[in-house]
Amino acid sequence: MAAAATSNDEPMDRVLFGDNQFFGVNHMSEEKARAQSMRFQDLQSILDVLDAAYAEGIRTFMCTSHDRVAEICDHFRANAARYPDYRFYPCMPYAHKYANAVTEHGMIEALRMFLPQDGAVAAMLKGGVALANKDIEAIMQMLIDAEMKMFHGLKTPVVFMQNVITDLLLGLRMHECFRVFHAHVRDRYGAEAGFITMNVPRLLDVLDGLGIDNPIVCANINKIGFRMCGGIAAYEEAIATRRFRPIAMSVLASGAIAPREAIAYVCAQPKIESIVFGASGRANIRQTKALIDELSPPR
Amino acid sequence: MTGSVFRAGMVGLGKMGLSHLSIARAHPEIDLVAGCDATAYLTDVLSKHAALKCYSDLDRMLDGEQLDALIVATPSKLHAAMVEKALARGLHVFCEKPFVLDVADGERLIALASSKERVTQVGYHYRFVGAFREAARLVRSGALGTIHHVRAEAYGPVVLRRKGATWRSAKSEGGGALYDYACHAIDLVNFVHGAPTAAIGVVRSSVFSRDVDDEVYATLEFAGGASGQLAVNWSDESFRKMSTKISVWGTNGRVVADRQECQLYLRERHDALPGVEPGWTVRYTTDLTEDVWFYLRGEEYSAQIDYFAKSMQLGRLDGENTFASALATDRVVAMLVEPGTARTAPAAAPARRGFWSRVFG
Repeated sequence: MAAAATSNDEPMDRVLFGDNQFFGVNHMSEEKARAQSMRFQDLQSILDVLDAAYAEGIRTFMCTSHDRVAEICDHFRANAARYPDYRFYPCMPYAHKYANAVTEHGMIEALRMFLPQDGAVAAMLKGGVALANKDIEAIMQMLIDAEMKMFHGLKTPVVFMQNVITDLLLGLRMHECFRVFHAHVRDRYGAEAGFITMNVPRLLDVLDGLGIDNPIVCANINKIGFRMCGGIAAYEEAIATRRFRPIAMSVLASGAIAPREAIAYVCAQPKIESIVFGASGRANIRQTKALIDELSPPR
Repeated sequence: MTGSVFRAGMVGLGKMGLSHLSIARAHPEIDLVAGCDATAYLTDVLSKHAALKCYSDLDRMLDGEQLDALIVATPSKLHAAMVEKALARGLHVFCEKPFVLDVADGERLIALASSKERVTQVGYHYRFVGAFREAARLVRSGALGTIHHVRAEAYGPVVLRRKGATWRSAKSEGGGALYDYACHAIDLVNFVHGAPTAAIGVVRSSVFSRDVDDEVYATLEFAGGASGQLAVNWSDESFRKMSTKISVWGTNGRVVADRQECQLYLRERHDALPGVEPGWTVRYTTDLTEDVWFYLRGEEYSAQIDYFAKSMQLGRLDGENTFASALATDRVVAMLVEPGTARTAPAAAPARRGFWSRVFG
């Protein structure tokens, strides 16, 4: 099957590595989530898993802009020669980071903390210019830049908006924000914008309406239809007939589907460009990667 | 089902308000025609970038719009007066939790809603979480035998330092862990087992807050002779986000549920649960969750708005989370409030809060 990529769009790798396991996110069990956050308290234990994935040929890390990702980025910058083809797919923002800062410091102070400290921006914030003008575009651009700071000097060919923001804006009908994000990520970072969502058919309609052509959309795509709003049939139809570049996440539905069955389902959907999964052990990573390689149609 | 569309207004565009607004605007049977908030910055952004007609004053919105329903997501101390205005005009009302700070207000509003035959609902979204619904089903089945103990716990990282500038940190405005985390935990007790008749050994103390409780502990007593414990602490950084758990012990087993899973331990087979073997039975959210038409932060937030819309269509006045149900929770809260502590409000305006803090705060 021909890759969906156009001349502007770098094809994405078939297999992407996710980060939920590192930060205590587990949709099945709070106990498991806690055990994982204990295990990955230490940076080296995260790097060991990323190295294991890299050794299995997984060279894209799709991660939130969590504070700890900054430390991971430092490692990859300092050891660039060891990972010549490594790339990050930042997903922003890590919402809890904002929530905590805003609770503690208030909005303006929190924004100031997250934004670059150069004179112009600091002055603008001090005067509240962008805020007073309701200049969503300027504020969004500054927030994106702030989130991108930790990835400086690393390859970031795709930059994602997290689903909690995508879907909030989608419901609020603040659609213009999608265009701002798409344009800024392209113009400033030479990257393709990606949108994580739990509402694929609805989002595609909106992105079409904005003229965002062939968007990268990352969503739950799994055999049991878990968190696939609009229904599994609508997703299958969208994947088969609409022009976008789907990335499947939650393909195992947090372990509710057996791995081979889960991956066979996703691989049977035409046009899914990539599959993102997270795992904590080398054996798991190898098994999942091997299944995807085995069951994927030739690219 | 014919798809009549209900014209709704929304007052209070804070954290929960924006979430409800996003979900309601995505609902095919709700036409969210206008929003109302006193914060000009926010209403300016929403009218400019979300094409939402906005008001700064509830009376003007109610005068200016032909509404069928009002969604209330203002700070808690404002609920009673706003709900009353909406009911007086014959609107259906969805109100954020807690319902009211004064039980007498709640009784009056229930009577008013009843006389107007309007749908009422309060935002106790845990009743729409699959694992908690399963726990309630198991307990109500009677399979656990005689229930002798109920424990509700809620922990999370809300107040971690000695600072607070929002209404959630003001006792007079329905702030504190009691009116926030504890309400959810109490409502779960009421949902899964039934309301307690008394609370003893109440501990409400501050960890970091100056003015409000950050932790709440109490022993509960139930009509059937069962005992209960409530343990709530929103100053616990070891939790990534709010974590709520309910456990119910009976003579024939135990049920433990949180947002992700429902664990049943059954000692002996029971006719009320055909096919369930003795020992552990664990069901997960992936299995227990029903699909929603739009997902923002959890199926339960969408499901409760959809339920409200369905109640309006069906004229369902006795559904889940009615004002009467929420008032039962407020009554337990009242038991936990020591005599003499202020529950009524001085007229301080809620602190102005910005867009991002409303989204994430």
